[in-house]
Amino acid sequence: MTVDYVLKRAGMFVLIIFVAGTLNFAVPRLRPTNPVEERMNQLLQQAGGVHISNVEEMIARYEDRFGLNNPLWLQYVNYWISLSRLDFGQSIAYFPAKVTEEIRQSMPWTIGLVGVTTVMAAVIGSFFGAWLGWTRTPLAISFVVPLLLIVTAVPFYLLGLLMMWVFTVWWPLLPGGGAYDFAIPPSFTLASILDILEHAILPATAIILSSIGFWGLGMRGMMVTTMGDDFIKLAEFKGLKERRIFLRYAVRNALLPQVTGLAINLGFVVSGSVLVEVLFAYPGIGNLLYTAITSNDYFLIQGVLMYVIFAIGLMLFIVDMIYPLIDPRIRYRSA
Amino acid sequence: MTTETTVRTPLIVKDLKVYYHTRRGPVKAVDGVSFELNRGERLGLVGESGSGKSTIALALMMAHKEPARIEGGSIILNGSNLLDDNDEQVRLRRLSEIAMVPQGALNSLNPVMRIRDQVIDGLKDHNVSMSVGEFNGRVAELLTSVGLHPDVASRFPHELSGGMKQRVSIAIAISMNPSVIVADEPTSALDVVVQKQVVQTLRDVQERIGAAAIMIGHDMGLMAQFASRIGIMYGGKIIEIGPVANIFQNPRHPYTRLLISSLPDTRSKRRLQGIPGLPPSLLRPPPGCVFHTRCPDAMDICTQDIPITRELDPNRFAACHLYGDQDGKEVVL
Repeated sequence: MTVDYVLKRAGMFVLIIFVAGTLNFAVPRLRPTNPVEERMNQLLQQAGGVHISNVEEMIARYEDRFGLNNPLWLQYVNYWISLSRLDFGQSIAYFPAKVTEEIRQSMPWTIGLVGVTTVMAAVIGSFFGAWLGWTRTPLAISFVVPLLLIVTAVPFYLLGLLMMWVFTVWWPLLPGGGAYDFAIPPSFTLASILDILEHAILPATAIILSSIGFWGLGMRGMMVTTMGDDFIKLAEFKGLKERRIFLRYAVRNALLPQVTGLAINLGFVVSGSVLVEVLFAYPGIGNLLYTAITSNDYFLIQGVLMYVIFAIGLMLFIVDMIYPLIDPRIRYRSA
Repeated sequence: MTTETTVRTPLIVKDLKVYYHTRRGPVKAVDGVSFELNRGERLGLVGESGSGKSTIALALMMAHKEPARIEGGSIILNGSNLLDDNDEQVRLRRLSEIAMVPQGALNSLNPVMRIRDQVIDGLKDHNVSMSVGEFNGRVAELLTSVGLHPDVASRFPHELSGGMKQRVSIAIAISMNPSVIVADEPTSALDVVVQKQVVQTLRDVQERIGAAAIMIGHDMGLMAQFASRIGIMYGGKIIEIGPVANIFQNPRHPYTRLLISSLPDTRSKRRLQGIPGLPPSLLRPPPGCVFHTRCPDAMDICTQDIPITRELDPNRFAACHLYGDQDGKEVVL
């Protein structure tokens, strides 16, 4: 791996952050509505038609506070300055809580739930796919393919609802929502960890079931292609052991695109899994994002998106660094 | 197992039949092929596409896949029949007794493994135990013997040219000193100059380790350069076999005659001519001689009886009714 290669990839990372960050700044400001005004009207409606005389003034004060009165270029400069301090301003919905603080509270739950399940789904799915694509797998196993297709096709919030009903109502075995029992505050004690795991079972299963088919079918397709390659035939002519042909020749090559897929999916982890988290009332980023969107909390949305952009950019950078190590054909190509 | 006769004749193929079982019936890709291969001998098998030559190569390696099945005959390798072995025994005999040089397509090496590891893993899976240093020494020795620099060992396949890759394939094939080398169109996808060099390399190493070799192909020029004996295949059968010079100078079977006269000749300016007609359907081969539909010398008997293979001259066999009333010794191979 050359210095040149690393520098070019790092430059690409910075460029991704810059372009995406600029879009993240520009798009919300293209909207014809004023977020502060909207929030105010929302609050007033909730308050039930109470007449407040100085609404205009309040809006002006808030706009001042959020810096929305400044010329666009100054807002843009300030935007990058606060970004560099990892400061995304204050949440409108949870005012005066800071966006960073909100995200910081939700992030561990999401990384724990969505991160772990993404890796699990990728590993289990790829394993199944590899097995299904292996020509010597007994034909009887091929029933798994339609099974994977079905599981992938069923919207997983339906699956989640079904599981919730089965395991919390019909056979009350597991907690129906939340990330932990309020009687056991999260800590690094055994009781707390078991409690957290127990709460994670249903949402984790929902995420794994919904994405395992994606990994399985993708891997199976790559395996079938790889099995037709000439080097598999030569490996057989060489009288290699089946185990070696499977692992070192077939899986090793079929796995390459899966690595890129996993990296991109890990990047998306920080945006949480909105549907699952909302469904199971899981206090992760997905839930936070849902609240932010429903309450027009632009600063919170921007903050979450910035994390997503940063995470994906970082994962792609990491993949670029790792890929030459796992696929020698990429080495030294620094385009 | 290694008796005097087996050493002299490491490979005896008898009445080999390989059929592809399709929905419309069996396709008789190889239908009663017999030949023997002596130590140090090089046999070339030529024939047009679909004549069954590559199927023979796969069957010799026992690497034929469904729907192909060996329907009959025997493959006696070093005195014992490959068809009697179980999968694990076959696996162990590959590379150590019979090795394959694959078609010269450009990705017959694993793209993510260094050349060294791709030579060594074959040895390891045949229970060769050496120290790392000894393995590396063996790899260097093998690479040198096929005309490559020992440094090639630490390269990846994409860093090599087509000819170099094919040399690596040859190095792998001879890594356990097999008694038979099967080369299935080893020079396809290589340019003409490299083709000659690769064939020469194959010939050199084959002579050095004293193996018998079968080269499959359709390039008569390369065959003449490589083989000591040539077998002509048509419709799943060997219709003529004999020493290479003899075949070229005096082809006996009408198909061989047409095949050789279709070769371009730099000395005469005659028009190039092919063989009229199409290869026979192997699903429903014509009755009698498979070639009679295209044969200029076809007689009544050719449409009815399958010609038996006769030894016309010493070491010279052909399956054709033209020679039925000669007093050539009749043999069924």
